[in-house]
Amino acid sequence: MDKVRAENDLKPASEPSAVLLRELVAHLRQNREQLREEWVYRINETELLQAMTREEIFAEATSVYDSYVEALETRTLETLQAYAQNLSERIIPRGVETHEVVGIVLLLRDVLARSLFAKYQTNPKLLNDVLDAYEPAANSIAITVAVGFVRERERVIREQQEAIRELSTPVLPVRERLLILPIIGLIDPLRARQVTEQLLRGVRAHRAKVVVIDITGVGSLDVKVANHLVLTVEAARLLGARVIVTGLSPEIANTLVNIGVDLGKMSTVGDLQGGIEEAERLLGYKVIPATPGPA
Amino acid sequence: MNDEPGNRGSGMGVPILKQGNYLIASIQSALSDADLLELRDALVERVGRYRARGVIIDVTALDVLDSFATRILSDSAHMIRLRGARTVIVGIQPEVASSMAYMGLTLPGIWTALDLEEGVAHLDAHAHTTRNV
Repeated sequence: MDKVRAENDLKPASEPSAVLLRELVAHLRQNREQLREEWVYRINETELLQAMTREEIFAEATSVYDSYVEALETRTLETLQAYAQNLSERIIPRGVETHEVVGIVLLLRDVLARSLFAKYQTNPKLLNDVLDAYEPAANSIAITVAVGFVRERERVIREQQEAIRELSTPVLPVRERLLILPIIGLIDPLRARQVTEQLLRGVRAHRAKVVVIDITGVGSLDVKVANHLVLTVEAARLLGARVIVTGLSPEIANTLVNIGVDLGKMSTVGDLQGGIEEAERLLGYKVIPATPGPA
Repeated sequence: MNDEPGNRGSGMGVPILKQGNYLIASIQSALSDADLLELRDALVERVGRYRARGVIIDVTALDVLDSFATRILSDSAHMIRLRGARTVIVGIQPEVASSMAYMGLTLPGIWTALDLEEGVAHLDAHAHTTRNV
């Protein structure tokens, strides 16, 4: 991390450019109110950060502006990096997108650049030197904030993946020798392997002869996972258990037909109820109502 | 069960036990290709000799079933069927089953059961159907 930080730090400026940057910082401090207003106005105008209220945008803009100027002044990105991470932690749960964060930082860069144009327009040579000093610094700052945001996002995603993985895939005995395996949500190859493992262990532990895998809660399967499902069915058969798959959505049915699944090897029933009825039939159970039904 | 001395083939590590109408071959350790062929021949021969109606091959002890072993087991089952008995392969471990499925070694047309007990139950329920009356 320290190494990354060191690489990200702004390069030590040559003496003339350091002088210019100091002047620049003084200019940005002096016009803080007005430039910040201008920036917030541009943010609202381009409809960025719609998930936040105007007051919040204003408060964050103030902090970002100050950190930004500080980064220009101290030539270290450490404080800004910490702030970017902190900001990301706060705004990611509110649904702020990457393009919005990158967008506002670029807007600030532009707003400040414009103000430099306005200030130095009478002296093209000086303007050029000021921009030479300003642009690389501003770009590194923009990159720092964007990378910080993306990193935080990736961290959140990793955490969520971990959480999903930890949600166990339950193997439920419903009757002697009959297991149900409800699968809900997205199945990635890792989770598919987990399902297979749980199912085979469950078959052995419960001495199951029939397993109903219910995938009503699975929207779609990619080809790899669909193939894996077929393999799971075959592996279960090697342990002497029959698998009935229930609740196939039209999309999943399409995928399975496209990969040319051998329907002789895999029994499917429309819904979980039908699957359990079929399993009971295979196991020789007969369910009859205790009292004659209403019909 | 009775493990007659004559039930051990020369140098073969797989005892074949006779239990009622069934023959039970319990594989104890990893087998060489030659051992597998010997097991196949012994089973097919004994099904006739003992007029067995069912054969159980127990592979609980095997950590791996490769393509050759799978093919020989499959061939044995089909040959035994032609000689009038039904074969059940029992005791495939979960890990072995998933790697077999991955390699496409799924023993099509072969009966499988969880363990010896299940295998016997399967034969009790179905063995008579194999026999042509």
